[in-house]
Amino acid sequence: MGGFTPTDLEKIVASYSAKFGLNKPLWQQYLDYIGSVARLDLGVSMNKFPKTVWQLLLESLPWTIGLLFVATVFSFILGNLLGALAAWPRSPRWVKGLATPFVLLMGVPPVLMAVFLMFFVAFRLKLLPMGNAYSIGVIPNWSSIGFIFDVLKHQILPALSLILGTVGSWVLSMRGMGVTIQGEDYVLFAEHKGLGGTAIFRDYYLRNALLPQVTGLALAVGTMVTSGIVIEQFFGLPGIGSMLYDAIKVNDFLVIYGIVLFIVIAIAVLMIVVEMLYPLLDPRVRAQK
Amino acid sequence: MSTVLTSEDLVQAPGGFALTLRYLRRNRSLAVGLLIVLLLMAFTVIGMLTIDVSHAYPLAVKPKQPPGARYLLGTDFFGRDLLSEMVVGMWQTALIGVLAGGLGTLIGVFLGFVSAYFGGAVDTIIKGTCQILTPIPVFLIQVVIAGSLDKRDVTIYTMAFIVLALGWMWPTLVIRSQVLTMKERQFVSVAKLSGRNDLGIIFAEIMPNLLPFIAASFVSQVFSAVFASFYLAVVGLGPLREPLLGNIIWSAQGQGAFFNGWWWWPIWPAIGMVLILGSLALINMGLDELANPRVRRTE
Repeated sequence: MGGFTPTDLEKIVASYSAKFGLNKPLWQQYLDYIGSVARLDLGVSMNKFPKTVWQLLLESLPWTIGLLFVATVFSFILGNLLGALAAWPRSPRWVKGLATPFVLLMGVPPVLMAVFLMFFVAFRLKLLPMGNAYSIGVIPNWSSIGFIFDVLKHQILPALSLILGTVGSWVLSMRGMGVTIQGEDYVLFAEHKGLGGTAIFRDYYLRNALLPQVTGLALAVGTMVTSGIVIEQFFGLPGIGSMLYDAIKVNDFLVIYGIVLFIVIAIAVLMIVVEMLYPLLDPRVRAQK
Repeated sequence: MSTVLTSEDLVQAPGGFALTLRYLRRNRSLAVGLLIVLLLMAFTVIGMLTIDVSHAYPLAVKPKQPPGARYLLGTDFFGRDLLSEMVVGMWQTALIGVLAGGLGTLIGVFLGFVSAYFGGAVDTIIKGTCQILTPIPVFLIQVVIAGSLDKRDVTIYTMAFIVLALGWMWPTLVIRSQVLTMKERQFVSVAKLSGRNDLGIIFAEIMPNLLPFIAASFVSQVFSAVFASFYLAVVGLGPLREPLLGNIIWSAQGQGAFFNGWWWWPIWPAIGMVLILGSLALINMGLDELANPRVRRTE
């Protein structure tokens, strides 16, 4: 019983090798893996043994999706609004100035932003927790308001580090777009019709400038995911990034491959979805068909 | 934003140095970026000459000392002097950046030229590969490659190679599109009619006109190589023995530097990295303007 003698240990190793198919030749292992992936079976984690890769993915996905969704949406809205206002000739001077700091922050990758935020906000000012998904010692209980509030408090810094560095690129592209749209005839027409500034800004200017940004959104998801993985690991949040990191540390191949494959396919699907949403948003594309 | 000089003026006009200075005064982002890079280079070179490099490795000095007179930037949990770590880390970051960036640009120039100049099936394959790989978060694939290596084998050069392996698509696409427009110009037709062979046209006619683009794409390659290697190191996939800037942050986070109050440990490498990436981004913006003055940077 047990693994106390060398022969027993060898037996254990042999049985596990047989279980994972590690005793087969390399090419056959590879073909087996490709075959099972084609059947949507990503295999079993070697580290957290009885759990399958799918189970691990489903456990950590909500965390990642929550963080990335909030961060992407926030930075998209904030960046586009600031960019549009910066290019809008009637907006006051201080509003135009609001966009500049975000453009400067563009050079700072989210992880470095996380280091600085952690230093100033969590370490110096002690306003927010330094990491983890919820306070140490708290038992997860999704029905209690206190726990949800605690979780949200822990998500602020990770989300901020993702948002601050990405707003700038939206500002830049939106400002460029806004400048070209101001010269369009329909904006001029709306002005001559006597429409108010807010109506022109919202219905003629913003709506048309936003269209190409939606395509940019699909591309931005890729960068967001990359940064999100590193940020999660940095703050010790239990998302896909941390799971990937744990798997890398102990060479849990199947989990590593499973996660990467999943993310790549998810991003590809997202891009197709955005591409298909385009006709819904743009009547001109619909009309051409 | 107004740039009077074009790149050709800069090369042909007499007194190139004075003109360059005058241009730099007008192109602020290029000037500031170059200045920061020069300062960083000075820091690294002077540091490499004056500082005991062995202090950048564990068990060299008294651990956990805050910044002070004896250890200017403090020491970390493993007994490494952060000043030495920063110097060596900057040096290695530069090495990875220049190596992976330079080779990436070379590959990009080669593939871009082949693809655009000869066209046909080769073009379809090269362009297709680039376009498929570009939207995929390449970082993930780099993670898989770096993760499957034996961690003891990972060196600075392995890092450069991993970054390079998936970092040649962007320069390829950029150079390709430039060659495509260049190929149809009249001087190329003239050269063809006067009997120059393909290599002659590529190297003597098209290449000189593309130098500003190649320079710009080199800088952006260095940027993305530094960025990629930093990200890999931050998640603990770098050469763990080396004080690469990302590695320092990773080990600081792993030891709970902020929890334990050793704030100086992760902060210096973070500031160093911001300076490196920021200056490269500024140079990149400036070079873009130099390469095509008519394009206003609106992205």
